[in-house]
Amino acid sequence: MSIDQFTYSPIPPEAEAIRAEVRGFLADALADVPPTRRAESWMGFDARFSRRLGERGWIGMALPKRYGGADASAFSRYVVIEELLAAGAPVSAHWFADRQSGPQILHYGSDAQKDFHLPAICRGEQFFCIGMSEPNSGSDLASIKSSARRAGDKWIVNGQKVWTTNAHRSHYMIALLRTDPDSRRNEGLSQFIVDLSLPGITIRPIKDLTGASHFNEVFFDDVALDAGALVGTEGQGWAQVTAELAFERSGPERFLSSITLLQSLVGAIGTDPDALQARDIGRLTARLVTLRQMSLAVTAQLAAGRNPAWEASVVKELGTTFEQDIPELAEALLDVAPATRGGGEHARVLAYLMQEAPSFSLRGGTREILRGIIARGLGMR
Amino acid sequence: MRQMFDSTVERLFADLASPAAVLACEDGPWPQAMWTAVEESGFPLALAPEALGGAGASWADVCGVIRLAGRFNLPLPLPEAMLANWLLGAAGLAPASGAVTVAGAGALRLRDGVVSGEALDVPWGDAVPLVVAVTGGAEPAVVLLPTGAASRREGANVAAESRATLLFEGVAPVAQAPLPAGWPADVLLLGGAMVRAAQIAGALEGVLALATAYAGERVQFGKPIGSFQAIQHQVAVLAEHAAAAVMASEAAFAAADTRIVRLQAIAAKICASEAAGIGAGVAHAVHGAIGFTHEHSLHLSTRRLWSWRSEFGSASAWSQRLGRAVCAAGPEGFWPGVTDGRFDTLQEQRA
Repeated sequence: MSIDQFTYSPIPPEAEAIRAEVRGFLADALADVPPTRRAESWMGFDARFSRRLGERGWIGMALPKRYGGADASAFSRYVVIEELLAAGAPVSAHWFADRQSGPQILHYGSDAQKDFHLPAICRGEQFFCIGMSEPNSGSDLASIKSSARRAGDKWIVNGQKVWTTNAHRSHYMIALLRTDPDSRRNEGLSQFIVDLSLPGITIRPIKDLTGASHFNEVFFDDVALDAGALVGTEGQGWAQVTAELAFERSGPERFLSSITLLQSLVGAIGTDPDALQARDIGRLTARLVTLRQMSLAVTAQLAAGRNPAWEASVVKELGTTFEQDIPELAEALLDVAPATRGGGEHARVLAYLMQEAPSFSLRGGTREILRGIIARGLGMR
Repeated sequence: MRQMFDSTVERLFADLASPAAVLACEDGPWPQAMWTAVEESGFPLALAPEALGGAGASWADVCGVIRLAGRFNLPLPLPEAMLANWLLGAAGLAPASGAVTVAGAGALRLRDGVVSGEALDVPWGDAVPLVVAVTGGAEPAVVLLPTGAASRREGANVAAESRATLLFEGVAPVAQAPLPAGWPADVLLLGGAMVRAAQIAGALEGVLALATAYAGERVQFGKPIGSFQAIQHQVAVLAEHAAAAVMASEAAFAAADTRIVRLQAIAAKICASEAAGIGAGVAHAVHGAIGFTHEHSLHLSTRRLWSWRSEFGSASAWSQRLGRAVCAAGPEGFWPGVTDGRFDTLQEQRA
């Protein structure tokens, strides 16, 4: 761990050069999308929109050209994804493949896996979900029980995953499964690409408190996977999962989830804010400017091949606190009641994000887990 | 350059600014010997152009120096002197010889070759012979003034660092030049905010080290208190805010080329000031009663955190200015303002 890893890492001009094109495309493509839809941020699902982005070359763009990517720098990808998030584009369909599964397959996958999955990910045609949590294994991920057992040239999968975002509308899951029945904790775990159309898989959406269904429970009942479904090395699943966490925890989606509400709030306050409104809007803006620099610093670390797990935890903790503060401040700064029906656009955006906000510091590692990681990096654990 | 600067000043400050030496300065006279040692290191002239006798270093090169000044609680206006000589250089003037400070607030006017008015809360303004200020009016000027010619009203911040009010009545500047064209008249307030942010970041790194070490040593209930999750999580929060203050300062210094980038400097001061209060609170909570004693050195840092966050514009003062500019830009202007690093009306606002 080191605070000194937070070095100034500006977006290089060649990456910055993409921004205008992305912004122009989004202004056109999202012209009819109301703020209430934009507020869904990276939970907004639109398979057709994802395919359009794929046509533009904006999915998996950091992947090699031979797999359908653009060999683009991490910063080019950063510009694209922060513009998508800032505009409230519906990116959920391809989000997990672009952020996590694609790089994971590139790094650990077999040639056959790379050839089959990566070009389709880049085209916006293959959607992935991440199968980690189980009913009795949430923050304590190392306690998972779902298993894959060798049977001839197959792996037989049994067990249950839960809180799996997009499982009901993804083609594949990268699942963390126990391959050594005698193993304990984080040993004997392996990662698999699971074709979600296989027999024996049952996917049940779980309604969240807003009534929407983003996450699911997924049951595996003697699901037979080909030997080629294993990702990376048998028994190395924990190390592989840990390596992807820095990607999962440091990106702009960890502080831009409420950006539509912040923009809506600025509009609702108007051009003549009172002292309290000016102070809190200014403070939020300053925090955003700083979080963005921190996230870019971690991006630079990742691009240099390091594993900035500690720094990523810092970004996520501060970032999710920021995106949770926005609905609280929006409620405090204006005498506008949140509304799920009727009301103005701002009232409905407020109602939506107020209800979504608790999930921000749960998904991808809870606040308590992150603080534990940060303390360990300080030598306290 | 950066690494050489950092390692040089770390050794220098470790020698000069032990906790006992810092404490001795709080109620003592101006520490001339300490200043002389710092002056001989050349760092007060680091940001002055080479052609005028400086080192020609960039703000990016000296962020570590100023963080370390904060970390060691350096009881000298070194950050102020660096800022002063940078501005003199930008105006084409030679750096000040000897100790020099800055006036970030107040109202001074230059008329008929002499300066009148008030400079507020001038760091070490009652001890340092020279102060750099920007005069107001339609044609702002950079002026180097002799503090001895002003009537001085003493003051001090929470860390007992001198903050004097200087009243000038028809004083001839030692040197003067027009403020470079297009530069904001509040450049010293902005620059002061930026250097205080870096000092806060350094002080937070210091209290983080103290709190982490103490949590590992102090035993209660049969084990080090650092093994309790409640303590771990508090220290984690301190580390997060120290990291934010470091990042915000580094970004502001790196972005400052010939000119300071206003949004970055303001964001740094706001985030660092917010971090200062949170960090000081956690550090004291972890240290318990011993950290509340005069004998323990924790307060050398925490009293500075409580001071520096309010100086050269508090988090609230800067936030209000920034917030008004953001609201003026409207919802469509918000994100482009963040990515471009500027909000148009922020540039024009006056203190």
